Amino acid sequence: MSDQAPPKLSFESASGIPLRPSYGPDDVSELDPARDLGEPGQYPFTRGLYPTMYRERLWTMRQYAGFGGPEDTNARFRFLLGQGQTGLSLAFDLPTQLGYDSDDPEVEDEVGRLGVSVDTVEDIEEIFAGIPLDRVSTSFTINATAAPILAMLLVCAERRGVAWDRVRGTIQNDILKEYIARGTHIFPPGPAVRLAGDTVAFCCEQAPKVYPISISGGHMSEAGASPVQELAYTLADAIAYVEALVARGVEVDRFAPRLSFLFCTHQDFFEEIAKYRAARRLWASIMRERFGARLPESLHFRVFAGGGGSDLARREPLNNIVRTTMKLLAGVLGGVQSATVTPYDEAFALPTEGSQRIALRTQQIIAYETGVPTVADPLGGSYFIEALTRDVERAAQAIIRQVDEGGGMVAAIERGDPQRAILDRAHRTQARIASGEKPIVGVNCFADEGQADREPELLHGASPEVVARQRERLQTVRRRRDGARVEAALGALRRAAEGTENLFPLVLEAVRAEATIGEITRALREVFGEYKAAPGL
Amino acid sequence: MSTRPLRASSGGCDPAGALRQPLRILLAKVGLDGHDMGVKVLARALRDAGFEVIYTGLRQSVEAVARTAVTEDVDAVGLSILSGVHVVQTRKMVAALVTAGRGRIPVLVGGVIPRGDVESLRAAGAAGVFPSGEPLDRVVERIRATLLARAGEGTDER
Repeated sequence: MSDQAPPKLSFESASGIPLRPSYGPDDVSELDPARDLGEPGQYPFTRGLYPTMYRERLWTMRQYAGFGGPEDTNARFRFLLGQGQTGLSLAFDLPTQLGYDSDDPEVEDEVGRLGVSVDTVEDIEEIFAGIPLDRVSTSFTINATAAPILAMLLVCAERRGVAWDRVRGTIQNDILKEYIARGTHIFPPGPAVRLAGDTVAFCCEQAPKVYPISISGGHMSEAGASPVQELAYTLADAIAYVEALVARGVEVDRFAPRLSFLFCTHQDFFEEIAKYRAARRLWASIMRERFGARLPESLHFRVFAGGGGSDLARREPLNNIVRTTMKLLAGVLGGVQSATVTPYDEAFALPTEGSQRIALRTQQIIAYETGVPTVADPLGGSYFIEALTRDVERAAQAIIRQVDEGGGMVAAIERGDPQRAILDRAHRTQARIASGEKPIVGVNCFADEGQADREPELLHGASPEVVARQRERLQTVRRRRDGARVEAALGALRRAAEGTENLFPLVLEAVRAEATIGEITRALREVFGEYKAAPGL
Repeated sequence: MSTRPLRASSGGCDPAGALRQPLRILLAKVGLDGHDMGVKVLARALRDAGFEVIYTGLRQSVEAVARTAVTEDVDAVGLSILSGVHVVQTRKMVAALVTAGRGRIPVLVGGVIPRGDVESLRAAGAAGVFPSGEPLDRVVERIRATLLARAGEGTDER
């Protein structure tokens, strides 16, 4: 028998919405099913984007991978596809995300860590060797340098003879949330949003199967945002992008069907389900009422459910398999379009093939063994779920209203409002974990001291050989390319950055000339400058 | 927008009960890692516990951190590293402080740190190592204990 009292149960949601012991008709008396729910596939899409949901098409199973050099990542991709994974998701190292070449002395220690290193189009070709760009879709977690990375993908397709209108994939390209939570911004928000918009506008014209932006809340919730904050600030970011695109003269129904979203699913099972349902209803109404979108696809909140890692524990790491299973289940019951399951060891290491396999199997077991995907929105109509969906929606609406009243999201980010609100909640959560008010099994309750140090020791970075090989390949490209063509392309890019024309075609030309990610970024940095965030506490 | 390091303090009270000034700690992000919510939460927790806290903001060089450590006359430098470069950055930080003539300022390191790296960090000169997953109140108490123990070992050259 343990001499410790078990933790107390909480009677409010993760976002602080008070919960009653049970729910009944009175809790949803104002609910009008035709107006507020619709059928699955019908406005306002609370019950899902498609009439038969997963019967027609299961969610895409996309495990996040990428490390070392392009060859290592290619091998992991082929392994995952061989195991039945249906899409790819690519992680980049920090130098690539911030526009430094692998031989830049400033970043020598970070090459090939946390993700794959990419310098030129040649690396993208290597990563996708033997992988058909028109059949397998890849999600690229890339933001500040999304334009050159997408340009590399398109030039790779060009070299292989794959037409751009057949290339599939998603680039994250959501720079606003970088200032809020993830920190891989380069330029100030103004020019950064322009570059993101240039990329979206280009894709609408020339690469219609690419989702050119994935507006992301997952990084905010990983940093400590509540589900309601994640929902509200993400939609507020999305509103800022839509406004920027409309302002530059792109018609809303032209680009809105290509917007997609990324959330992370966390531990509050029912509130996470409610979050996905509320997001669809809220976004559909924003697009229709506020922006006058008409196409049904313009109203769709298409979402990738990230697994997250901040709520996984280092102690007794196999418990994370149970946690991630529940998270995936919440996402599927919430009707998401694609999902990842975080490998159980990601809280402290680079996942191995073994842990990646269990994560993928978790998806396959829920898809094929449990019967969960058979019926669309199986919890729709539940008194509790409908009441909670409404409460989450209202709480998010209140935050979005505040952002609107404060002059929109770019102004809010520059003032540091969302940053501060998320920090406040992160601070509260840590205090609640320390006090035991927020139980984490095996960590602050039911902790087995004998288990404490038995965590696997795993590698965390790239080997020196991988880094050396990457730099060698870069130098080979530098030697053999036409230097004058590179200089001309970079000069044209710099001049265009000073004006207002769409920069994406100029980035493409630089990539064709085999300019490096560092050179392209430097050209833009010379014009746009660099953003230094205030270290607000 | 200002890039001046921010100082946060809850006032002059030192819960350790000594007559000296509150402990001053410089928290820093070095390298390219952009995740700083954790270090900001720690900054607030230290401030609540009576420390004076200065936070550098993202992507600082170890030389810049060492300069701030000197001008702000801090009792410790705390690095937050979630990107796997903790050992090499710790070594560089310790060296930068030595170059700046403040080799006695202890360097503390926290973040996503495999247990197997704790010894390497010690060898690189870290005075304290704080792998993720430890409750915040324990982290704060360990930082205080580490600094008070160092202070008891002798006087700094400053």
